[in-house]
Amino acid sequence: MSIENIEEAAETAVTEYILAQESKDQLRFLTCGSVDDGKSTLIGRLLYDTKLIFEDQLAALERDSRKHGTVGEDIDLALLVDGLEAEREQGITIDVAYRFFATEKRKFIVADTPGHEQYTRNMATGASTADLAVLLVDARNGLMVQTRRHAFIASLLGIRHVVLAINKIDLVGYSQERFEEIRKEFEVFANGFDFETLQAIPMSARYGDNVTGRSDKMDWYSGPTLLEHLETVQVGEHILEAPFRFPVQWVNRPNLDFRGYSGTVASGQVAVGDEVVVAGPAKQSRVKSIIGASGEVSSARAGEAVTISLEDEIDISRGDLLTSTAHRPDVADQFAAHVIWMSDEPLLPGRSYLLKIGTRTVTATVSEIKHKINVNTFEHVAGKTLTLNEIAFCNFSLSSAVPFDPYEANHTTGSFILIDRMSNSTVGAGMVWFALRRASNIHWQALDVDKKARSEKLGQKPAILWFTGLSGSGKSTIASIVEKKLHIDGRHTYTLDGDNVRHGLNKDLGFTDADRVENIRRVGEVAKLFADAGLITLVSFISPFRSERQMARDLLEDGEFIEVFVDTPIEECRKRDPKGLYAKADRGEIKNFTGIDSPYEAPENPELHIRNVGRDPEEVAEEIIEYLRERGYLNTFSADGEGI
Amino acid sequence: MNMQSHGITPERLSNLKRLEAESIHIIREVAAEFSNPVMLYSIGKDSGVMLHLAMKAFYPSKPPFPLLHVDTTWKFRDMITFRDETAARLGMDLIVHTNPEGLEKNIGPFSHGSSVHTHIMKTEALKQALNKYGFDAAFGGARRDEEKSRAKERVFSFRNANHGWDPKNQRPELWNLYNARVAKGESIRAFPLSNWTELDIWQYILTEDIPMVPLYFAARRPVVNRDGMLIMVDDDRMKLQPGEVIEEKMVRFRTLGCYPLTGAIESDADTLPAIVREMLIARTSERQGRLIDKDESASMEKKKREGYF
Repeated sequence: MSIENIEEAAETAVTEYILAQESKDQLRFLTCGSVDDGKSTLIGRLLYDTKLIFEDQLAALERDSRKHGTVGEDIDLALLVDGLEAEREQGITIDVAYRFFATEKRKFIVADTPGHEQYTRNMATGASTADLAVLLVDARNGLMVQTRRHAFIASLLGIRHVVLAINKIDLVGYSQERFEEIRKEFEVFANGFDFETLQAIPMSARYGDNVTGRSDKMDWYSGPTLLEHLETVQVGEHILEAPFRFPVQWVNRPNLDFRGYSGTVASGQVAVGDEVVVAGPAKQSRVKSIIGASGEVSSARAGEAVTISLEDEIDISRGDLLTSTAHRPDVADQFAAHVIWMSDEPLLPGRSYLLKIGTRTVTATVSEIKHKINVNTFEHVAGKTLTLNEIAFCNFSLSSAVPFDPYEANHTTGSFILIDRMSNSTVGAGMVWFALRRASNIHWQALDVDKKARSEKLGQKPAILWFTGLSGSGKSTIASIVEKKLHIDGRHTYTLDGDNVRHGLNKDLGFTDADRVENIRRVGEVAKLFADAGLITLVSFISPFRSERQMARDLLEDGEFIEVFVDTPIEECRKRDPKGLYAKADRGEIKNFTGIDSPYEAPENPELHIRNVGRDPEEVAEEIIEYLRERGYLNTFSADGEGI
Repeated sequence: MNMQSHGITPERLSNLKRLEAESIHIIREVAAEFSNPVMLYSIGKDSGVMLHLAMKAFYPSKPPFPLLHVDTTWKFRDMITFRDETAARLGMDLIVHTNPEGLEKNIGPFSHGSSVHTHIMKTEALKQALNKYGFDAAFGGARRDEEKSRAKERVFSFRNANHGWDPKNQRPELWNLYNARVAKGESIRAFPLSNWTELDIWQYILTEDIPMVPLYFAARRPVVNRDGMLIMVDDDRMKLQPGEVIEEKMVRFRTLGCYPLTGAIESDADTLPAIVREMLIARTSERQGRLIDKDESASMEKKKREGYF
């Protein structure tokens, strides 16, 4: 064989090897345990033994070990995985770190999560994408409070496969008796958690016994090593057998001839010709074509990112859920769910949050905390609010009905996150249990639908921003910017001005003093109804008379009426004259024009006095919004702290 | 019934298929949720894979965002040629930004050292470009397996209005539900390749036949041995120091950046399978070729807090 031939043969072998990797599977797992159980050491051991630790990383590791190490002269394997500076100095893992290694059979993605109770949220985060959990137990200590807590959280997040890694077995003399004792105790305890597989393995992460290689010190153990088990355990099949679910992410419309819906198949399978339905509106069609990652395909299965086009032109957008016609999801605007609270700011019932489920985001409130769960004893306890790392079972009320499945049946269509509307942080994570029908939700039914209920649902305090000022003073410009800003902020608003009132409701009125009074009276009454509906209403009328403005104020509850005096001198208004009205009035073509031949009575104590000369309307709008914010109109509703 | 019409249950997706689908999902999610996203294109293999995935994510449409390359003016010449060819071939809009103040002051790695050069011509330049165009999301090709501080970074990584990263105050990220909410001026760096390893990247390049910059493949190139690294003489801005000689060596690059900061490795691997074979028996990890990480152990975390990708 010539050198070229050898090279060629080697290349062919590598190409074949790589193509064989095509069928390599992936397993995502989570490691958890309390601080000293040796999680990071275990992962370090897996990385080390699977030879993915390169030499220079090893050299850096030896340097770091001398600086921070806790195991004397040996290499501290945990330093491989504890990433951030602060954590290394404290010697504990405080965030979720993701690590990777591979064998011939599988590639592994490991979420290394902290053990302390105050890091429940981090463990839940790691568990949310894991197929399996490795629970570490120190053989000397046996089952601890945190072992139970971790098993509970793993189970809550729907992990069905568990490895009980009974670590530091070298420190109890490789005792079979001790191993069996812990294993049995855990099996009894975990009986209620409904794990599909539960494998207990005696090991020493530090010395590598039963991690990747079989230990020669425990002849009594005939089960798999950790790595053998991870390589062979069968996980995640049920999601392929579940009914078809497809949350639409993006509408793909390159030209008039093609309209596709892009997304990731959440569960089940779909094929060209299948009947599918949009959950909720129940619009039905058939699959016309499927574009997979490498071109057109005849079918797609759970986990694949595809673009589906349908036979019929139906209106589908981001947030819709395409599903099988035979097995449809629940569609409801109220459901019961477990929530893990992840913010320093407490969860308050009645406060409005953004809820992202699948590709849809709606506003939601917790209508009732049914009970909190003590993560150490699993006891149900009553509670009015939730604080960081607490878990509760709650009723939710959403701004609109959404499709979903119970989390147990489908992690993708049954999970959601909660986002704070002010800070935009992710403050909670939830797992849906079941829809609440109005009949089954007596607490809700007992409630009168009144102004309070409506405004709580909208997550705002109703208010009337009453803009008064001369024609051309800039009222409408400012009001329009304020409304846009409020709208972007997710507020529910409406503007009443000459344009939409004078042409309809008040088209029978002219500009005499009597008609002006009647005009404002009607506007005031409409504003009152809108306040009752929970809206923030922007009224933009010259409204020249104090008494009518006072009349409107009197119609409303204290604090609802905010008079905004847009104070622009008449000379300036005349100069601006955007509609040419002053010119016409001067020529006598308009009668009873405010400021010319009809009086304007400036407000004496307006809530906001805007001296509007040489000011940027954007800046004025911001000032008004700041006023609303400071006085709690935009604080999501907490009122007296009592929920719905 | 839907599931019965297809007969037996198919197998779970393979590792590469799962990674591919996850990345496409992330890319689409960014495009759908942000008003003005951009894809950072650094011309290297990770960028190449990310761009390839973006083309797939929106097919038959084009990705609804432009590419951005922060050009330090010290990239290998081959990289610039490849960048322009790639953008043209795929029909993508390409924005190239260079820090004008840095250019005026003639900042470079030889005259100012790697850390000043990187700070001004990369970190600052990137911030300038993001501010200039008002991008609210920027895709980056970083992987969690590259480096320790990356291992804890979110897929949607929040940046404050100064582009800073706060590693201790990251948003929890569960399932595939990414929080895309940002206030004005704030932004998200999105990392679709978070869960890929270097081996995954090369395997994918091979199976998908993705074009790569020739510098990844071994060829005879003029190099100088400087401080234990083989630096390629890519233009006449590189002045020899006493005792240095230019040698023609069979070399290739495992990562690509500014040529004065990127060490070559001696290699005969001039095809993709040869590169993968070399990788499988690799004895040094890929960042070893980059001078910027050598400064101190936690240097990457520091850089990222300041806004480096």
